[in-house]
Amino acid sequence: MVTILDPTDERVPVERQVTPRVGEITGNVALLDISKPRGSVLLDRLEALLTERMPGINVTRYAKPTFAKPAPDALRAEISAENDFIIEGLAD
Amino acid sequence: MSELPAFLLEDDAGRSSSFPGERPALICFVKEDCPTCNEVMPVIEAFYRAFADGVDILVPGQTVEGNRTLTKKHALTVPILDDSSLKVSFAYDVEIVPSLYLADPTGQSQRTLVGFVREEWQALAEQLSQTTGLAMPDVDWSSCPEWRPGCGSLSADPLVAARLQAESENSPLRARRIDIAAHDDEFEFMFDQGFSDGLPLVPPTPERVLRMLSGTRRDAQEVIATMPPNMGEATVEKVAINAVMAGCKPEYLPLILTAVEAVCTDEYNIHGVMATTMGASPVMVVNGPIRERLGLNMKLGALGQGNRANSTIGRALRLAIRNIGGARPGGTERSTLGNPMKFTMCFAEWEERNPWTPLHVERGFEQDDSVISIFAMTSGPTLMVDQDSRTGAQLAGTFGLCLESAFHPKAHYATEVLVVISPEHVDTFVRDGFDKASIRARIQEVTSRPIRELVENEVSAVGFKKAFADGMDSQALDKLLPKFKSEDDIHIVVAGSEAGKFSGAFHGWATGEIGSIPVSRKIEEV
Repeated sequence: MVTILDPTDERVPVERQVTPRVGEITGNVALLDISKPRGSVLLDRLEALLTERMPGINVTRYAKPTFAKPAPDALRAEISAENDFIIEGLAD
Repeated sequence: MSELPAFLLEDDAGRSSSFPGERPALICFVKEDCPTCNEVMPVIEAFYRAFADGVDILVPGQTVEGNRTLTKKHALTVPILDDSSLKVSFAYDVEIVPSLYLADPTGQSQRTLVGFVREEWQALAEQLSQTTGLAMPDVDWSSCPEWRPGCGSLSADPLVAARLQAESENSPLRARRIDIAAHDDEFEFMFDQGFSDGLPLVPPTPERVLRMLSGTRRDAQEVIATMPPNMGEATVEKVAINAVMAGCKPEYLPLILTAVEAVCTDEYNIHGVMATTMGASPVMVVNGPIRERLGLNMKLGALGQGNRANSTIGRALRLAIRNIGGARPGGTERSTLGNPMKFTMCFAEWEERNPWTPLHVERGFEQDDSVISIFAMTSGPTLMVDQDSRTGAQLAGTFGLCLESAFHPKAHYATEVLVVISPEHVDTFVRDGFDKASIRARIQEVTSRPIRELVENEVSAVGFKKAFADGMDSQALDKLLPKFKSEDDIHIVVAGSEAGKFSGAFHGWATGEIGSIPVSRKIEEV
């Protein structure tokens, strides 16, 4: 990963590029728990529903070490390499 | 047990509290927009009322306004301490609020609670009651939630954390850090963000920016100018970031900083220069010893491509104006056609090949000063081709005829020009004893036209309006008007290779108070 310094006056947020949406879910799906307490309850239910309604997909669970910081590079690389989709449980 | 960081914080009334004191301390980090913090504030208040005689109850809050809101909303008597700089929160590595730290009188950590777990807080109350011999706080524990997770501490917000980290490490960098994902191409990313003038940029990594900052002794956070149209603060660091992107070397930075200061003056009026539909652009001329030190080109191809200092210094100024000032084509930059000078235009004067006074001395500086002069020019360099004239009067005559086209041949008193005389043309002038003053006078002489020829007509409507001319008598209409309002509007420098009877000229924009006045500044750090 490359880190650069913002050359602007910083009044506009950095725009992230959104990955194109393909319209259907296939292949490997990551469920990312940000480690906020009880986030797993929601993700358990989501995993059950996804598996039931889309039997063709593979669901893998991941967790960030802490919700207060961005996911470590290694975890991001792992999720990105092994999955086609990610569902992240954000905040509460 | 570990030693907790010492601190001194003030509450809203200016009363200070320090840690460690002489008694046990309970430190509780809170922030106002956290629902859990709001739920536990009455408990913290009850702790304060119960134990204040035996324990220092210290409650750092993370925003000034939020602290006031908490105090008012919960009718607190416990002072909320101002940690809006987040330095204490950062020193404690607080990730979640509320976070409680119990410390003994020497500042050793005894217990840490994160978020709200009723049993833990209740046990803490019992522990404090036992050790102090004071009564239990007045808390209806059954009405408290069993647990609440708390919220992220403001000091752990990635953008704030980067600044706090830099401060704690004494790094001079404060600019927002942008992480470009491993799968993204950093060059494409910078295009996508709109940082670029259309050409690839050097990624301004912290390492490169630090190297760039080594080129100046000025403080990285010094605000050197307020840059229109956004009125963005141009710090030394921000200019350095843009200089890295432009491809500059660290030793170029003092010149670029001086150029940024120069264009951000009322005289230069960078806002107007960028916004005009006519399409003006800064043209930078460098004089003095710095030319040699930076390797600026003043000879063959000086106004063209191929030299790093010329190309990247001009580009750095333009990128700074684009990114810090926010002047972008289609936004506040409204040039109808644009021109290639908007990428970069910087060159040096070949003073040693100039038999007259060099530009910076003419403009009031010492010969040994290194000076940047910046002009607002709308077109150029246009070529003035004369391989035939053998006298100074003929050659300056050629210049006049060519310069007549600035704006429009019938537009007199309208603009200024920057004339770049090539060495071969210099020699022609010298042979005939022509100096800058005689060149200027000759240009004015050959461009002088009777006003009657400058009135709007069937060929072109540009010039004096007919209604205005109708009010003039024949004598007034015969009055000769030179191209330029003043000989001072003809700026002259020497540059170019030894071979070729070709000189150049940049044509100006709205000249003087109504538009832009050229600015020259001494580069102090050389």
